[in-house]
Amino acid sequence: MSTKVKDTILSLLVYLSSFLTICSLVAILGYILWNGLGALNFNFFMELAPSIITTLLVIFVSILISVPIGICAAIYLHEYAKNKRVVELINFAIDSLAGIPSILYGLFGLVFFVITMKLNWSILAGSLTLGIMILPTIIRVTQESLKMVPDSFREGSFALGASKVTTLLKIIIPAAIRGIITAVILSIGRIVGETAAVFLTVGTVDKVPDGVMSSGRTLSVHFYLLVKEAIGPDAFNQAFGTATLLIIIVLMIVLFTQFLFRGRND
Amino acid sequence: MKKKLDKLAELLFITSAIICVLALLLIMIFIFYKGAPSILETGVFKFLFGVEWQPRAEVFGILPMITASVLVTIGAILIGAPVGVLTATFIVYLAPKRIGNILKTATDVLASIPSVIYGFFGLMIIIPFIDRFLAGGAGGNSILAAIIILSIMILPTVISISESSMREVDISYRDASLALGATKISTIFKVMIPSAFSGIMAAVILGVGRALGEAMAVILVSGNAPFMPDSILAPVRTMSANIALEMGYASGAHQEALFGTGVVLFVFIFIINFIFYIVKHKGGVKN
Amino acid sequence: MDSITKIKTENLELFYGEVQALKNINLDIKEKEVTALIGPSGCGKSTFLKTINRMNDLIVGCKINGKVIFDDIDIYGQDIDIITLRKKIGMVFQKPNPFKMSIYDNIAYGPRIHGVKKKSSLDEIVEKSLRKAFIWDEVKDRLKTNALSLSGGQQQRLCIARALAVDPEVVLMDEPTSALDPISTLKIEDLISELKKNYTIIIVTHNMQQGARISDRTAFFLSGEVIEYDLTDTIFTNPKNPKTEEYITGRFG
Ligand SMILES: Nc1ncnc2c1ncn2[C@@H]1O[C@H](COP(=O)(O)OP(=O)(O)OP(=O)(O)O)[C@@H](O)[C@H]1O
Ligand SMILES: [Mg+2]
Repeated sequence: MSTKVKDTILSLLVYLSSFLTICSLVAILGYILWNGLGALNFNFFMELAPSIITTLLVIFVSILISVPIGICAAIYLHEYAKNKRVVELINFAIDSLAGIPSILYGLFGLVFFVITMKLNWSILAGSLTLGIMILPTIIRVTQESLKMVPDSFREGSFALGASKVTTLLKIIIPAAIRGIITAVILSIGRIVGETAAVFLTVGTVDKVPDGVMSSGRTLSVHFYLLVKEAIGPDAFNQAFGTATLLIIIVLMIVLFTQFLFRGRND
Repeated sequence: MKKKLDKLAELLFITSAIICVLALLLIMIFIFYKGAPSILETGVFKFLFGVEWQPRAEVFGILPMITASVLVTIGAILIGAPVGVLTATFIVYLAPKRIGNILKTATDVLASIPSVIYGFFGLMIIIPFIDRFLAGGAGGNSILAAIIILSIMILPTVISISESSMREVDISYRDASLALGATKISTIFKVMIPSAFSGIMAAVILGVGRALGEAMAVILVSGNAPFMPDSILAPVRTMSANIALEMGYASGAHQEALFGTGVVLFVFIFIINFIFYIVKHKGGVKN
Repeated sequence: MDSITKIKTENLELFYGEVQALKNINLDIKEKEVTALIGPSGCGKSTFLKTINRMNDLIVGCKINGKVIFDDIDIYGQDIDIITLRKKIGMVFQKPNPFKMSIYDNIAYGPRIHGVKKKSSLDEIVEKSLRKAFIWDEVKDRLKTNALSLSGGQQQRLCIARALAVDPEVVLMDEPTSALDPISTLKIEDLISELKKNYTIIIVTHNMQQGARISDRTAFFLSGEVIEYDLTDTIFTNPKNPKTEEYITGRFG
């Protein structure tokens, strides 16, 4: 085969693949939004209120648990760690946590937080589970943003006689704040879309939760149950509406993180 | 005083980092602690290679689920990996900057769509399609449906990690190859992509992990029958799906057998993570 | 001198967007000689070098006027096959850049893309090219090992061998020794003097002594213009333009 023919075939494959990627996205987004945008009205939101509130609570508590730990761990890895063995161990743990599928997080949350710790199916049990699940994202993204803080900032601060903690609080964390916010927002996206780990730990009760010890049903779980057990067109209408809402949320998250990154690149 | 504060802070930071290790250990210990007894009781061989899954009769063999997981994963990789790597190739080497950026945003959006929505899309569009055109009305819930959905779901993982490893290839390789009279396309496929090979491998391995672990999307499209499949159009139940489907109501020996399934899944995932870790560190790939 | 002209530029101008990087360059490069390009940083030496094998084609917004005539053909004219052109005009870069493959595959890469498939022919080309680049004895027992395991100087000679493997007539070198230690540098200089028996060589160098040692002719560039072009001996001992003298003496002193 001549080089020309080979080149043509290979470029065609490249274009075809990129086209398939775009098509998959357009097909999914188009299908959901086309059928679902009409379902978004006041009534729909009222019916969905318990799920929306549960979702917000789960997000809030998970972030509250995970973000401080994640940031501290990232700071340790980037600003302190010297012992190569320890760093390797921690990195291995983080990579492994990132690779564990959410259904296994669900199993773990169920046996550990729900049953052993006697938290029952509750927002707290779910948030603790999700908190571990999002740790790798928070740590890695924060680490990346710490890497972007120039060493001269650190040296400058130390040269003025500032302690390490002061330098961290006053110089390094503020300089890395964009990355930290990105980490939080990405985690929110992950939590919003999560189902497997959530329904085994938060439960599926369709009511407005009255605290973190209360069980509940997040939007994604609600959507899953609607689709799985859907009978009649009404359920499908609701399902399309809920899917549209979920899509809008994740789209906003993607656009917002891109905006944050663009800001940084300028 | 300052010194003390510094020490205290360092303690806080290292504790947080250690929490990651502890969390991993806890997860392993609890899943094994709940699942291993069931496997041992049934007998390792019978559990892994038994073809019957009848919770009410307390017969627990998960070979059909293992088979299903392996088949859908292989299928998803066979489609998703080349499409993903070639899309990354387009973004890095061939696309005008604006189109490349659009594709990158598309990848980010694909990555953030909840898996249940992929499942729903499969249920509403892909299953009827398979039913009508391939299965002749015998039902579209099948290995094939799961493969199609999963191959889309792993695209963002494969694309973004391949992309970043291709970007790390020394650009002077390109010039050297072109200066020898190679065409742009041969340069890309013979020099640039092979130089990014370990990163691309890492991307594919992560894709394997994602496909193997996915539960909710697969449940909605695969038919969930716990039997050995006899064709690509047969309904199947993967390990992840098995756990997610029955965990909600199982108790006693049944529940333990589900944890046993979890143990097997965990071992699979752990092997994959380990390979990823090796490839990543050997090739010096950044994640 | 009555040597044959291999490459001739006529009123060559080059723009990067709005910025003019080369101004009205008229040079006669002679066959089987070493031509050195010297001048301060940013004066357009690399840019000029890259116009000769059309590597500037890669740069968006790069515009070229005038002619580059190679063997009586304008390489910016119509119907020019860039691939054949680049096969005839090889290039060696500042930083050694062997591909992430075996030593053998690095050398065989060029012949392979130009259609050589037979194992015995490839073997022959690989050995011949490595010998020409004075590196055969150092690597003949480990042709299958990764090229990146070689030392910097060896890598650069490998890159020269890789360029020679496609049988070029001209070899362009952009500061080929600036990333190397003095001993490796000397080896490459010896190699260049040897190569000029069969090849036309154009070399960019920041190292004045190097230029004086190895080249037959020297062109002095300053802000995109050729200030003076003459026999190397003349340029270094008896420059006509005061700017050339200033640069050369400044560098020596
Ligand atoms: N890709 C490019 N786009 C825009 N301007 C460029 C580009 N490459 C080079 N230039 C500009 O063209 C001029 C000549 O650059 P060139 O690299 O040819 O200089 P040089 O003589 O090789 O310098 P050095 O000795 O530092 O390698 C410089 O002003 C440089 O900034
Ligand atoms: Mg230069």
